[in-house]
Amino acid sequence: MPEMTTGQAIKSAISLCLDNYEEAFLAGEDIGIYGGAFGVTDGLLEKYGEDRIKDTPISEDAIAGLGVGAAITGARPIVEMQFSDFIANAMDPIVNQAAKLHFMYGGTIDVPIVVRGASGGGTGAAAQHSQSLESWFCHVPGLKVVTPSGPQNAYDLLLASFVDRNPIIFMEHKLIYKIKEDVQLNTIPKTSELLGKGNIVREGSDITVVSYSNMVNTAKEAISDKKLEKYSVELIDLLTLSPLDVDLIISSVEKTGKLLVCQEAVGDSSVGTTVISKVVSSDAFTKLNTQPRLLSGLHSPMPSAKHLENKVIPQKEDIINSIIKMVENG
Amino acid sequence: MDLDKNRKLELFRMMLLIRLFEESLEEMFSRGILHGTMHLSIGQEATATGACLALDKEDLITSTHRGHGHCLAKGAEPFRMFAELLGREDGYCRGRGGSMHIADLSNGNLGANGVVAGSLTIAVGAAQSLKMQKKDNIVLCFFGDGAVNEGSFHEALNLASLWQLPVLFLCENNQYGMSMASKNAIAGGSIVKRAESYGIESSSIDGNDVEAVYQSVLTNKKEIISNCKPRFIECVTYRYRGHSKSDRNLYRTDDEINFWKEEKDPLIRFTSKLLEENIKKTDLEKIESEVKDEIKSSVKKALQSPESSQTNLEEDSYA
Repeated sequence: MPEMTTGQAIKSAISLCLDNYEEAFLAGEDIGIYGGAFGVTDGLLEKYGEDRIKDTPISEDAIAGLGVGAAITGARPIVEMQFSDFIANAMDPIVNQAAKLHFMYGGTIDVPIVVRGASGGGTGAAAQHSQSLESWFCHVPGLKVVTPSGPQNAYDLLLASFVDRNPIIFMEHKLIYKIKEDVQLNTIPKTSELLGKGNIVREGSDITVVSYSNMVNTAKEAISDKKLEKYSVELIDLLTLSPLDVDLIISSVEKTGKLLVCQEAVGDSSVGTTVISKVVSSDAFTKLNTQPRLLSGLHSPMPSAKHLENKVIPQKEDIINSIIKMVENG
Repeated sequence: MDLDKNRKLELFRMMLLIRLFEESLEEMFSRGILHGTMHLSIGQEATATGACLALDKEDLITSTHRGHGHCLAKGAEPFRMFAELLGREDGYCRGRGGSMHIADLSNGNLGANGVVAGSLTIAVGAAQSLKMQKKDNIVLCFFGDGAVNEGSFHEALNLASLWQLPVLFLCENNQYGMSMASKNAIAGGSIVKRAESYGIESSSIDGNDVEAVYQSVLTNKKEIISNCKPRFIECVTYRYRGHSKSDRNLYRTDDEINFWKEEKDPLIRFTSKLLEENIKKTDLEKIESEVKDEIKSSVKKALQSPESSQTNLEEDSYA
């Protein structure tokens, strides 16, 4: 098992798709000679040529629309939005087209497209290059939303997303790109059954912590901290946000009786509020012995300065304090 | 090149089919049988007919909210279209799409689109597929004059030209984007000049002259395939009915509408031309009678189709 970064793992998965599907191609801004704004596609142009690694003008609407049109006519596009904030320029092809065509054309058309984008803050890139907009897409029937947290799951989820027949929004938090681990280079799966399944990162019995994307890594650090050594914390990485692995969350909360959701995204109308509403409207409600809590990003655009960014994004200490408070008072 | 008689009669039949199909919809709407709204292309039949009949079955089209004509001319069955508008199980989309969203892949129709300019980048993507598959076919992308002020129009033309994709952009300039006159909406005044500025060979033609549209699409298709470059046609036409069913026509005069109906109507003009060319009136009357029967039996069959199923609406969102 080679050790690789998340960026390299995603590139390996993309290469495998290109090797095995001649109808697969990449399109996006600066994905060719530049190698992608975050280096994910570095070297792919040399390997696959400009007919398959297609550098585009700065035209997010056209990049996404191109992908939709290609997907419905037999191609398998993987398109990149560079900073996922720019997806705002591509909302029509994604929300009104990709998500709707299968349904509104009576099931006669599939839209197998993967739309990748780099999300999240922590890099000082400020308000227009740091957002976590994943919940926008969870609100749209017809889309699936995938948020890896590290090399292995990014590799496996990219392959599953490629195999899936639906449009996939694949959000890669910028801070996961350089995380390293040994990666099992699995072959392309026959089905996309991995999508929609969360992962129990650590089992525990005192409290359930639900998280996704890079916040899972912050939560891992938090629950490994000495201050929490006397607590048994169960940590769930959602991995796919739509469809959501509701059963996994509910069965965990039924066991622990406590639910803390940690996310970088703004809290209102978010993944976290959905998770909490699913739990409190299920049978697990009666098992709760304290009110669920959502630890989210502040309701503020992302600031540039490091100390302000740290104020907006939940930090390790915030998670530790929330867990202690909930377990001690519960 | 003059068309042979049979081809001319096919053009006549299709224009008539579209006209009578939409008049039949109007009639059903006024009787309260049809739910929702619709956008009628009555007056614009020559563009849809000339363009689609010049294509092969393997050529692809993308269509617009005013797309009944495109759909029929690309080969769709009137029965299944009526069934769709009536919300029946036999409809092309099982009642989930309705008037604005009929796709018919078996005939190369990638679907009508409810968003103005929504299909332009999709057409570019479909053309990218054709190029990858090394096919000698094109994508004909229908859109209206309203679409040329959307950003995606410009992004799509730019990309198609840069990547030399086999797309024929066909602008149906019916002179109004809902109530907004195109002369008040298009800075610089020329749609064709905009297309030319992207290095795309472009022309403007009489969109109510069915033979002119047919010949232009035929020629442009050949050029696209031999030169691997997109092309652009503006078809100048006019819609007689309002934008949709809620339109009170406050933005134009009766005189203007009547001028187009009386002087420029594509069916009247083509009928006169055919008669001048010594095609027998009885031949045309026979076609008219056959088309009327087809419409009548299609409506009857559609009304007999069961209501579309309400189950699995959530599951049907996903492949």
